[in-house]
Amino acid sequence: MTNDTSVTPVLELSHISKRFGPIVANDDISISLKRGELLALLGENGAGKTTLMSILFGHYTPDGGTVRVDGVELPHGRPRAAIQAGVGMVHQHFSLAPNLTVLENVMTGTEPLWSLRSGTAAARRKLLAIAERFGLGVDPDARLGDLSVGEQQRVEILKALYNDARILILDEPTAVLTNIEAERLFSTLREMARQGLSLIFISHKLDEVMAAADRIVVLRGGKVAAERKASETNKAELAELMVGHRVTRPKREPTTPGETVFEASRLTVSSGGIERLKEIDFFLREGETLGIIGVSGNGQASLSQLMSGLAKPATGEMRLFGEPVTALDVHDLVDAGIGRIPEDRHRQGAIGEMAIWENAVLERIRQPLFSRRGIVDRSAGQAFAATIIEEFDVRGGTPASRTRLLSGGNMQKLILGRNLYRRPRILIAAQPTRGLDEGAVAAVHARILEARKQGTAVLLISEDLDEVIGLADRIQAIVKGRLSAPIAAEHADPRRLGLMMSGDWTSGDGVSGEGNSHAP
Amino acid sequence: MSAFLDIIASAGLWAAVLRIATPLIFGTLGALLSERSGVLNLGIEGIMTFGAMIGWLAVFNGADLWTGMLVAALSGALFGLVHAAMTVSLGLSQHVTGLGITLFASSLSYYIFRLAVPLASTPPTVTPFQPISVPGLSDLPFIGPALFTQTLPTYLSIVIALLLAYIVYRTPLGLALRMSGENPHAAEAQGVDPIRIRYGAIMAGSALMAMGGAFLTLSAFNSFFPTMVQGRGWICIALVVFASWRPGRALFGALLFAFFDAFQLRLQTVLGNVPYQMFLMMPYILSIAALAVMARRARVPQALMQPYRRGER
Repeated sequence: MTNDTSVTPVLELSHISKRFGPIVANDDISISLKRGELLALLGENGAGKTTLMSILFGHYTPDGGTVRVDGVELPHGRPRAAIQAGVGMVHQHFSLAPNLTVLENVMTGTEPLWSLRSGTAAARRKLLAIAERFGLGVDPDARLGDLSVGEQQRVEILKALYNDARILILDEPTAVLTNIEAERLFSTLREMARQGLSLIFISHKLDEVMAAADRIVVLRGGKVAAERKASETNKAELAELMVGHRVTRPKREPTTPGETVFEASRLTVSSGGIERLKEIDFFLREGETLGIIGVSGNGQASLSQLMSGLAKPATGEMRLFGEPVTALDVHDLVDAGIGRIPEDRHRQGAIGEMAIWENAVLERIRQPLFSRRGIVDRSAGQAFAATIIEEFDVRGGTPASRTRLLSGGNMQKLILGRNLYRRPRILIAAQPTRGLDEGAVAAVHARILEARKQGTAVLLISEDLDEVIGLADRIQAIVKGRLSAPIAAEHADPRRLGLMMSGDWTSGDGVSGEGNSHAP
Repeated sequence: MSAFLDIIASAGLWAAVLRIATPLIFGTLGALLSERSGVLNLGIEGIMTFGAMIGWLAVFNGADLWTGMLVAALSGALFGLVHAAMTVSLGLSQHVTGLGITLFASSLSYYIFRLAVPLASTPPTVTPFQPISVPGLSDLPFIGPALFTQTLPTYLSIVIALLLAYIVYRTPLGLALRMSGENPHAAEAQGVDPIRIRYGAIMAGSALMAMGGAFLTLSAFNSFFPTMVQGRGWICIALVVFASWRPGRALFGALLFAFFDAFQLRLQTVLGNVPYQMFLMMPYILSIAALAVMARRARVPQALMQPYRRGER
């Protein structure tokens, strides 16, 4: 291993192996962690990261290998032993009770069950001291359910620290966070490492791994594929190590835009008495992608609701295929061939408890293709789902299996397939690759580019700069419900887009001066 | 109007309120304890009936009154054990299991009663709990006779309500109880065993329900008849929601319902020209109205009615 012999690693995993039936999840993995180190465990979904951390934390018993904390071996399969040795885990799905206060969430299980009185005052002091030390400010008496996701994650971290964790494991900590929350989290994690805690975070995002970690261990197919210092590697190398071959996101080829299929002018959308979108202007053309870039929470949700037929504009004009419309209607959109990829694929994109084929046909269930006189044609639906699974490379399920069992990337491919199979005239894609690993991102991008090439007008709403630069022909920034004028992709670079996202639309060298910035 | 005021100003009304409230307090606290741990217990109606029967039968056969209460509590805990085994260990539907227990326990009560007591034209009776005047306090004008001349089980129910409020909000056990009902996975991850907590809460809660039933035969009346619980169990289930799963408010809710009930009884005698069924409806209608107002802000335990299985998310 790389650590020098004079220092005992605080954590040492040696030769860990774990099989689930025929699948080898972990194959002879050895990793060590030094005091004050921030280690990233990088790998695609299914590389064995979460299994490894579950073994470390005692949720799983390994088939072979040892876990040592400060040189002392931990018994397998005993979460309590891991907690007592100072290992804390922050799960991707928080283990918190929304109806209880922050303090109550943290205190549960920390006192003898039959004490006559809870030591609330002492617990509050301890919690506040920890929060102060690491800059994890949070109100101990707030009801947890009233906190934002980022604050809830802070509580989850505080809970581990309250139990005197010195080694902290975070499982995909940024999966649920906005970019700003993620940046804040990593500055907290670096501060914790500086103060002598040792941390491992699991991720499949190259950017954050490069930005935050001291050292990176890449897992692939259950094995350690490589180990690199963050200062001695780069994103391209890591991507290749992670996937096993060179991954290149597909390139956008120039196309000639066709006719305008959708046009919005001075459109305002309100909900809950607040103007979510303010007098926005944009248009979509065949064979062209419009990218809407912005920090999440600036009106993207309202924009995608509007375009999905779930919200009505208060004022302004819309033209769909040249015809003025006052509102978009869900059924009309489906009938007109408008594909939608919703932001939250688990809640709006697919119904987890239903079969894959049911999800594949759900929005077109009333069409004669899939039902006759109110009776669903199951075989036609299953055949359609089988085609999508085949053509869009959806792995991990048959038409009859439950959609919940698909990984995020495969669920997204199913949703893409459902929408793209019958070549839509317009495709609305909201955060289409959020939470996906690099291989799945490349696949989704390829599909979107292919649809564009075949003449689909694409509206891409994303907060991923690389994604927007890679896919969009024209880019508008969304800030506080307003849209900037479009710039051509050739003029876009991360620095300029960053300025646009911050609301600085004045310094733009020709922001409004593009040749095609106004509707024809 | 003055008739209304006369009723409210009578000490007899307030004494009746406490008497009527007592079985509701026991039952509501029992249901609340169970639900706080995450398990709905619709066996309450049957468990109260069984408690009323078995407590009475014990006293009828020579046991003293407190032994009767204890026997009722133990029988309740036993039904609680059955409910816990079905809903917690086997993860069966809490609705179906609870209703099954109600049907079974009600029928079993009548069966045992019939086996033990021969059919008679006048039902056999026992000597029930006698009112205890709290020294000093019972001599206070108005308040004395209204509040401090109750039987011991009534005072006990109020003490239990206060005790439960303390346990739920001020002790590690109470926090473990709430966490088990809100997120058993989190409880488990923090070293609390939600399965044991749920067993304990269901059994203790069922014991309280049965004591509420026994109050009917050993204090409010002195004999047992099979229909005597008369839907009080279901009222308790509604009162838990009304109380937003808080013991203090459960006490208040039970007293409020009892007030409506005692009030309508007296109103019947004053307003003789209105059909008495109208008055009988009153407490229920007012309860639904109160429920509609109060329960909108209720915070339901998040894991209520969700079976917990280890290692599954």
